Parts: sequence; C-alpha cells; structure tokens
Amino acid sequence: MAAAATCGSVAASTGSAVATASKNNVTSFQRRGPRASGTNDSGPRLVSIAGTRPSVRNGQLLVSTGLPALDQLLGGGLAVGTVLLIEEDKYNIYSPLLFKYFLAEGIVNGHTLLVASAKEDPANILQELPAPLLDDKCKKEFDEDVYNHKTPESNIKMKIAWRYQLLPKMEQIGPVSSSRFGHYYDASKRMPQELIEASNWHGFFLPEKISSTLKVEPCSLTPGYTKLLQFIQNIIYEEGFDGSNPQKKQRNILRIGIQNLGSPLWGDDICCAENGGNSHSLTKFLYVLRGLLRTSLSACIITMPTHLIQNKAIIARVTTLSDIVVGLESFIGSERETNPLYKDYHGLIHIRQIPRLNNLICDESDVKDLAFKLKRKLFTIECITKLRSYDLRSQIYFLSRHLQRKFSIKKNPYFKEPHTLKKIY
Amino acid sequence: MFVELNNLLNTTPDRAEQGKLTLLCDAKTDGSFLVHHFLSFYLKANCKVCFVALIQSFSHYSIVGQKLGVSLTMARERGQLVFLEGLKSAVDVVFQAQKEPHPLQFLREANAGNLKPLFEFVREALKPIDSGEARWTYPVLLVDDLSVLLSLGMGAVAVLDFIHYCRATVCWELKGNVVVLVHDSGDAEDEENDILLNGLSHQSHLILRAEGLATGFCRDVHGQLRILWRRPSQPTVHRDQSFTYQYKIQDKSVSFFAKGMSPAVL
Repeated sequence: MAAAATCGSVAASTGSAVATASKNNVTSFQRRGPRASGTNDSGPRLVSIAGTRPSVRNGQLLVSTGLPALDQLLGGGLAVGTVLLIEEDKYNIYSPLLFKYFLAEGIVNGHTLLVASAKEDPANILQELPAPLLDDKCKKEFDEDVYNHKTPESNIKMKIAWRYQLLPKMEQIGPVSSSRFGHYYDASKRMPQELIEASNWHGFFLPEKISSTLKVEPCSLTPGYTKLLQFIQNIIYEEGFDGSNPQKKQRNILRIGIQNLGSPLWGDDICCAENGGNSHSLTKFLYVLRGLLRTSLSACIITMPTHLIQNKAIIARVTTLSDIVVGLESFIGSERETNPLYKDYHGLIHIRQIPRLNNLICDESDVKDLAFKLKRKLFTIECITKLRSYDLRSQIYFLSRHLQRKFSIKKNPYFKEPHTLKKIY
Repeated sequence: MFVELNNLLNTTPDRAEQGKLTLLCDAKTDGSFLVHHFLSFYLKANCKVCFVALIQSFSHYSIVGQKLGVSLTMARERGQLVFLEGLKSAVDVVFQAQKEPHPLQFLREANAGNLKPLFEFVREALKPIDSGEARWTYPVLLVDDLSVLLSLGMGAVAVLDFIHYCRATVCWELKGNVVVLVHDSGDAEDEENDILLNGLSHQSHLILRAEGLATGFCRDVHGQLRILWRRPSQPTVHRDQSFTYQYKIQDKSVSFFAKGMSPAVL
C-alpha cells in the first residue's frame, strides 16, 4: 500500500508471513533485518506497530475492528489505509456500539484516535467506551457466558446432523491477553479513566469547529465536510502519519471515527431531499478522505444512516468509494421480531463489500446469513443458516411406511402417525 | 495479462487491433481484474500507456502487475507508462492552491465544470515524441474508472465529451486504443451512470461485461463475462458477435469456462 511506502518500510511483525512479497523490493513490506537473505542491508531494526498484524494473504497491514468475530469475517481485520463503512440500523442502537468497539480497540493498543461527530462531544463518546476484558479477572464470568455452539461435540463426528459439520465454526470466545490482536469488551462496564487519559486523542465536534477561523481552502463541499477534511489532514501532517514531516517519525496508527456522516447535522441534505443542491458533497468527501487514508498510516470507521438517504444512486456511489461496507439491520419494530428463527438474535449483519487490495481476489467469507446479538455483555455474531425449515409443520415426518418395512409391522395403511424428528434422535 | 482471456478475445500483444474503444463494465461484481489484464497486456505489447487511475493507489496496481508479469515502476521510469494517481492528486488539489491547471482542477469548483484539463493532460502524455526513433508501438489510454467522475460532481455529458475528445485524439489521430471501465449500477437508478453507460456502449468496438451470477454468491464461479464485438461505424449490417463465459479468479490468473462447465461441477 502506498501508506507504508511513504513512511519507509514497515516490517511485518512475523517475518514469515510476507510470503508473497516479491524479490524485486517493490512492495512496501520488507522482512526484518536478520531474517533477510545473506546481504548486509537494512540497517536499523524496524519495530512493528502494536495492535497490527500482516494479512495472511498478501502481507497487508491489518488492524482489529474491536470485534474479533467481525475481523474473522473481513478476512483478518481492517487494512491500514482503508475505510470501514457501517450502514446504521434503523434506530441507531447497535451501530454506535461497533463505533465504540473500534475506538476502544485503539485505546487498548495505544493508537492515536480522532473522533468526529456532529451530535455528541467526542469527550463524552470516549467516556462511554466499553471496558476491555483482560486475562485472569474475568475467566470465571466467561465460563458462565460461554458460547455454546456445539463446542464439546465439535470433535465428535456427527452422525445424523452431519451437514452441520460443514458449517464454518465461528470464533470461540475466550480470555484474552492484552498483547493479542483483537480484544473482547464488556458493554456493561466503562473503560477505566486512566486508560483514556493515557491515550492520545483528538476530537472534532462540529458545532464548535464550524465557527472557528481555521484556514480552509475553497472547495465545493459543505462547510462541515471541508472543515473535517482540513482537520484530518492537519492531524495526519502534524503528527507525521504520512511520513512527510521530517521532524516527526511516527510509528503508530491513527484511528479515525466519524459518526453519522451524511446526516442533516453535518449540513448535508441528502437525507432530506432526493435531488438536493449538495448531492456530490458526500461522495467528494469520501473520495478525498480515501486519498488521505491511502497515503498515511490510518484506518477509518464511518457510520452512515443509509436508510435515510433518499437517492439510491448515492448509496451505490458511496459503496464504491468505501472499502469495507457492513450493514446492520436490527429486528426492533420489524415483523422479524416475532419470527421464531430470529428469537435469539437482535439483528442481521450484512457484509456488503470487501475490498480487493493488492490482489485479484479477496477473502470473502462463505457464510452469508449472519446475525448478531448483544448478550448481556458481549456482542456476538453467528451464522443462522439452519438446514431444516423452521416452519413447524414441515418438521413432521411421516414414518409409518419406513417402519412398516423395517420392522414388518402390519399397520392399517390409512392410519399415518406423524413423528417428529426429535423422536428419531 | 490472462492468457485464457487473450484466447477468447483472439488477440495477442503482437497483433492487437488499433484505433478501438474497449468498454469494460461490471454489474454486481468487481470488474477490476479486466483493468489489470489490459494494463499488463498493453505494457507487454510495448505501447505507450497513459493510465488515469482514479480509484486505487499506484502500489495496488503495481503489486498486482507483478503477479501478472509487468513491473509498473520500471515502465514508469523508462517513460512507457504515464500514471495519474487520482487519489494523491485530489489531496494535493484540495488542500493546496495550484498555480498551473491541474488535471483534477474540477474538484475545487462548485458547479459542474468540464474535463478539459484532464484531456490536456492525456494529450500531453500520449503525444508522439519527435525524437526520430519510435520506441513505442501505439498509444493507449486506460481509465479506471469513469463512474468515479460522476461521483465527483461531473455530469454525464461532460464525461462523454471527455471520452469523445480522447477518442478523436487517441484512436483516430494517433491510431491508438482507449479502454475505460464503467460500473453498471443495475437497479440503483443512477440515471447519470445509465446515460454514460449507454452512450459509451454505442461508441465502443468491444464490450466486456463482468456480471455477478444471478443466483448469488458461489465459491467456484465468481461471475460471468459477456464479450460483445461491435462495429459502430456500420450500424447493424452484420450481427454483433456475443459470447458468454463464466470465470473464476485465482491468485495470478483467471480461468474461463463455458456456462455450467465449471471444474467444480464436472
């Protein structure tokens, strides 16, 4: 990625993972000094950045989204230099959670944060971050909440419901150490104050900044977007995330979080009118943001109320300009709330797009029916493909003919006794 | 360059046709593998290539190019490839005032302008050098992708004008080729995009359309490719030839097979 190329070479944290790096030294990733071929190159030993790991497929640098289950579905994590777009659920209940997990992951890993919002003061957002679940403290609580999806029997070959073995296993929850790539968070507790204060963060609260006299180049975006872009570009340049500032040698990731982008609070009218005057403002913003991210060591999460956008064409364009697009659909208030198939879950999660970066193919997950639930403390994502119909009547299975042949039972052929599958088991 | 696709299109880098407009189009899937194919194809054919890359960074194309056997950095150094990196240039244009006209000047303008500076850039890049020796066979313009220009505030007519000018210069005057990628938004009701796509479909000599499967996601068949040869100058004298193949993208190549004949099924 161009990001790392401008910052000098960023070593993969495990030298062997850069298997596809070419011999011509054109890629931006180089192996660490001692493991390189016998030549005496690459003087100083490069330190790998905390909280990142190289992708298995192409050595791309990845950061965790804060949800290990989501990382697994996205092919390992969010690539540095890319945008994760979350399409908000209807009442905006679960998308702030994903937003906060992303920021909390940044604090736990020591990354720099940039939080932008037009609705809430970033300082308040940071106060409400969930607390990380670390090693020994919560092992007992884990055993209660343990994710019970055929874990003990997974090693035994299934005889009857053998097709379930073909389903991919979701991430098992377990106690984590702080040096691991993805962490689990307790949504009922708050992040300890000392961790927040020790972190380096910048806030952009639109009502405060809109009246400030920050020097802004004329541009055809709405003023809110222009100021935000200028702010982001300032931070990236000042703190050296793009490697262009010779005084600053930055070896950290900037995590940018933008909340409710596209909502009327940002001064944009795409949620209000179908063909407003500013219909290109949002897409231009995303384009310039993409340019900023590709040339710096940063990753961005954006939540957007796409269900409010009147013009469907804009949603398609926004999807093209973002890298990863994840849609949340909660069951609250919809007819699915009473559907027995969905009774354990709070909503569906759709992975709409995964980027193909530095590659012809991408790590698309085979599982397409995913649902999430917020279970007391943890946000889990599960696959809900059931291999038999959930309709009660089709579970009734007529066995009399089979039993007749098997046990030579002479029965009245007009008397059919229905058996459910449970009785067979 | 994918050898199987060359066979399907009946071309090789040595004897490719000149003066043609090729339209790449994708619907419900990602058609960028076609862009990588044509980029490596024309670099191997020793053409002078001007690549207007609006959607991804240089290193992305460079890394994929290496898998396909071309080195973009070397091509850029020896002058064979002129690369306009849209993302990086956009950041320069938006945050700093430019003294001379920049190809992406329209980002600073409030109302929809025209793409004249971009066309000037292309013309400058591909004009033949009168140094006596002809190093490169013919010029090629590659654009990835045109739909982004619509997202950046350009009208469909402005983009069609730009392509018209490019075609007149590159295809007719310089006897080169033009390859562009446009997304088909399908049922997203993007009128501007539809105008652009229809306008280009009528002008192009070859249309490659990558579509996702109608039945949804499949691990073994990534999509369907429709190839359509046209002769825009002779309307409906001969029937346009059209073929459909299904494909699966692998790490360094793409394999094509007839519909329903995927190796996973047989």
